Amino acid sequence: MVGTLPEPFAGWFAARGWRPRRFQLEVLEAAASGHSALLIAPTGGGKTLAGFLPSLVALQAAPREDIHTLYVSPLKALATDIARNLTVPVQEMRLAVSIETRSGDTPADRRKRQRERPPNILLTTPESLALLLSLPEAPKMFAGLAAIVIDEVHALAGSKRGDQLALCLARLSRLAPAARRVGLSATVPHRQALLDYVSPDGRSTGVRLIEEPDGAPPALAMMLPEGALPWAGHMGLFSAPQILERIRGAGMTIVFVNTRAQAELLFQELWKLNEQTLPIALHHGSLELSLRRRVEAEMAAGRLRAVVATASLDLGIDWGGVDQVIQVGAPKGVSRLLQRVGRANHRMDEASRAILVPANRFEVLECEAAMQGVAARELDGDPPRPGGLDVLAQHLLAMACSAAYHPDDMFAEITRAAPYAALPRADFDDVLRFVEDGGYALAAYERYRKLFRDSEGRVHVKSERIARLARMNLGTIVDAPLLKVRLVGKRGRGPVLGEVEEYFVNMLRPGDTFMFAGRLLRFIRLHETVAECAEGGTGEPMVPAYAGARMPLTTSLADRVRALLNTPASWHAFPEPVREWLSLQKASSRMPGRSDLLVETFPRGDRHYLVAYCFEGRNAHQTLGMLITRRMERFGMAPLGFVATDYVLGTWSANPPHDVARLFEDDMLGDDLEAWMAESSMLRRTFRNVAVVAGLIERNHPGAEKNRRQLTVNSDLIYDVLRRHQPDHVLLRATRADAAGGMTDLGRVAGMLKRIKGRIRHMALSRVSPLAVPVLLDIGRESVRSGGAEDRLLEEAEALIAEATGAAEPPPALQRPRLPTVHRANAVRLRRSQGTLFGHLR
Amino acid sequence: MTAAPLHLAGERLLLDPAGALIWPEARLLAVADLHLEKGSSFARRGHLLPPWDTRATLDRLSLLLRRYHPRTIVALGDSFHDAAGAGRMLPGEAALLGAMTEAARFIWVTGNHDPAPPAGIAGEPTDEYRQGSLLFRHIGRGSPAEGTGEICGHHHPKASVPARGCAVTRPCFVADGRRIMLPAFGAYTGGLDVGSHAIAALFPRGGRVFLLGRDRLFSFGLGQKKARGSAPQPRWGPSAPDPMT
Repeated sequence: MVGTLPEPFAGWFAARGWRPRRFQLEVLEAAASGHSALLIAPTGGGKTLAGFLPSLVALQAAPREDIHTLYVSPLKALATDIARNLTVPVQEMRLAVSIETRSGDTPADRRKRQRERPPNILLTTPESLALLLSLPEAPKMFAGLAAIVIDEVHALAGSKRGDQLALCLARLSRLAPAARRVGLSATVPHRQALLDYVSPDGRSTGVRLIEEPDGAPPALAMMLPEGALPWAGHMGLFSAPQILERIRGAGMTIVFVNTRAQAELLFQELWKLNEQTLPIALHHGSLELSLRRRVEAEMAAGRLRAVVATASLDLGIDWGGVDQVIQVGAPKGVSRLLQRVGRANHRMDEASRAILVPANRFEVLECEAAMQGVAARELDGDPPRPGGLDVLAQHLLAMACSAAYHPDDMFAEITRAAPYAALPRADFDDVLRFVEDGGYALAAYERYRKLFRDSEGRVHVKSERIARLARMNLGTIVDAPLLKVRLVGKRGRGPVLGEVEEYFVNMLRPGDTFMFAGRLLRFIRLHETVAECAEGGTGEPMVPAYAGARMPLTTSLADRVRALLNTPASWHAFPEPVREWLSLQKASSRMPGRSDLLVETFPRGDRHYLVAYCFEGRNAHQTLGMLITRRMERFGMAPLGFVATDYVLGTWSANPPHDVARLFEDDMLGDDLEAWMAESSMLRRTFRNVAVVAGLIERNHPGAEKNRRQLTVNSDLIYDVLRRHQPDHVLLRATRADAAGGMTDLGRVAGMLKRIKGRIRHMALSRVSPLAVPVLLDIGRESVRSGGAEDRLLEEAEALIAEATGAAEPPPALQRPRLPTVHRANAVRLRRSQGTLFGHLR
Repeated sequence: MTAAPLHLAGERLLLDPAGALIWPEARLLAVADLHLEKGSSFARRGHLLPPWDTRATLDRLSLLLRRYHPRTIVALGDSFHDAAGAGRMLPGEAALLGAMTEAARFIWVTGNHDPAPPAGIAGEPTDEYRQGSLLFRHIGRGSPAEGTGEICGHHHPKASVPARGCAVTRPCFVADGRRIMLPAFGAYTGGLDVGSHAIAALFPRGGRVFLLGRDRLFSFGLGQKKARGSAPQPRWGPSAPDPMT
């Protein structure tokens, strides 16, 4: 039976006209009996307060001087916001409870003071917690800890930050065995995994599941662009007039898009039409923090009518006052759509309103499938993967910085963290060896070890210098090489607007125009690590793209799309052009089946096309594209390129593809995969991240912020040497594990190849099928560059210049340079860079 | 592998895509910036990089020696990442290098990383090496005398070529009528963009760059305009001189 609130809490609730929610009382009761709890509830409605209530009650009953409750959130801003919100009841009830935040931004003197006199409630991030735990005084500081509140557990579990936090929680359990945990989560498909994650033993022991049913189901509707329904494209710019119309008709709107580039473009498009100059802002993760904070503040103050935003607004602070959400472009997943829709109307018992705006025909199918998924409350998302070995390496070093430990004790400790519960001892030992001396087969570094063992086998950090370096490099977020964008005016240096990837700046020449931070900018020059720009500019602007910015279609949403395709009876829900399109496909080829793989081949111009309807998401299709084109090359089909969308993979070749079933045999995961891994730029990027997290490459070095590049060795060079000489090294194993998901999504490729074995339906057509038209239109604006193609790109660039300077004759039409991949920026850029290559070299 | 011919000071030279310069008539092979034992140099400071960089560099050099059978090998300075590097070589690798110094005349041009000749390694140390009309030195400087061609290293040149909306970056040779700058040959050596002031200043009238490819070189004109950015900026990897020493 659920109890009641004690005074003065009951009185405080009553004074505000509130009644404690059932789940708030349940959390209180779980705490009273010493249980941990996982609270799954929709956002809004007092979830966070539920997490803190037991702590406030306990602190009210027995005030104390040290840390009672630790709160961990994935977002610094969230911690700050919650500190503010929590201060209100504490002051109104005159509780003797001190509340403080701690993050990378906390000034040094306050951090020092916090170490000496910690607050009762400390709000922090996984990174700052890891740093605290690496200090020698950590055991003393946390000895009296009674509760840990973990916010947005669903966003942390399964990520590297989540791995790090889980390891830190395991350490806290050792320092303060009595501390209970409260996990706060949105509704998730993998409950058991979260119960494990929150539990002190990693196996869900001693955790109570407290669930608050979702509120009213969201009211979703689809909005099609006026006029023709586009065949391809993902930006949704055609719908800008209607989107603006909807913004006008509501108080406050969040317009969610899928990529930062799309945000910039749609923002510009809306402002072109915005004759009433409604206050419409832009928000994405590459904008300077201060710019983002300003937009958020304006939003909170109700001074905006709309914000065009990316995932940067998916999580976090409850803005309140958001009347509707417009999702432009495919939703990609049911859980993600729900999360976004939930940003509107943060009141539990009212329906959130949202409008889906598909950008093309396939996205109409996906929007319909997502609406069905929402109606069926079928959440999607992968179960958390096992913890990363690179994160473990970082943790093992950090723990040695705090105090010496015996490997056996440490293994027992870390296997109580859910992501590492099933970690084999051999892997643990390999990781520890890597931290100690690099773990190389060649015992060259005995005298340079970072850790040493004493006569009892306990592990010590070798020097204070090593410990200092380790602490400076804690954290699992690795940024791509980014350059700041700074506005420079007539009166000198202006503000920093944000960051773009280095590759993008490398493409810019002085005078080039690009779109960023909602402005049209003219590139002036690169000065150190800052791209200096001026306002304005002429010519077709470019838009920076960011690697890995796009979420792939989830498996369960893909299944729903496939099911829709196979159920003509359900097509009546679609607009006329879509129905017609599908019927044509049915008549001239066939529909992709639910469990088979439809592969169409057809000639067009002087090329032969192959389109495979895999529905495994863009990342998996890109990997598959690289593997398949290698194989086509070997089979003499002379592949020329490929394009990957969320739904299909398309290739084109000089010779007709034959023996299609053989092309998709899963033995390609052997040698072809190995060869690809050796040169894939994505694998190199994955390795870089692993090497940075594991501490092989340092991000930060004392007093060397500017020179850090000179203090590290390029990770590609290390990758080449390590692959060649010790292919089973623990960091390469960690790289492979990461490659199973994320950018390369090898796991989904492997799963599909196995599943479709013997179920390939090959349709040899005389011309392009209706369903294949979108992917053909995407050629040139999609797909990714691979390391292996670089030589060919150089060859092409060289030949083009020779041609332009009259040094060589243009090749005959059929002998085009072979280019298995194009690039990831936009098509406009492609044409321009080729047209102006001559005489330009950096 | 196709080496590209190039004429300098009246001599016909070959640029090998592996990053070496060959003078066929003199049967001479030159490589720059081997940075041997860079891995262990980092290890001393707690960066435990994979220890096979010396091995990888020597293996690549061995391949070249088998292909060209030079009578003279010129290492253009910074052959060891630091002065104590030679002493840290593993026995097998020291033996491999020893065999090379016996099979050919081995000239160790000194560099800023290795101002003193490598201890315990055979060969002829020198500040500069001159043969015929060619002058081999670590850091290129000034304007070579009429009729003299300069071969240098030190800057680890690399270049980026815009191609299909991305930029392909590779180590490269840089050459004009008077000077050839070699790319760094070591396994752990990064690069400095040819647009940086330090390199561009040595080629005031422009020149050509030859990007290293798997099987051949790719040749482009070196921009004659003022370099992008005002200060010399390494874009990745260490620049030379490297503050680790």
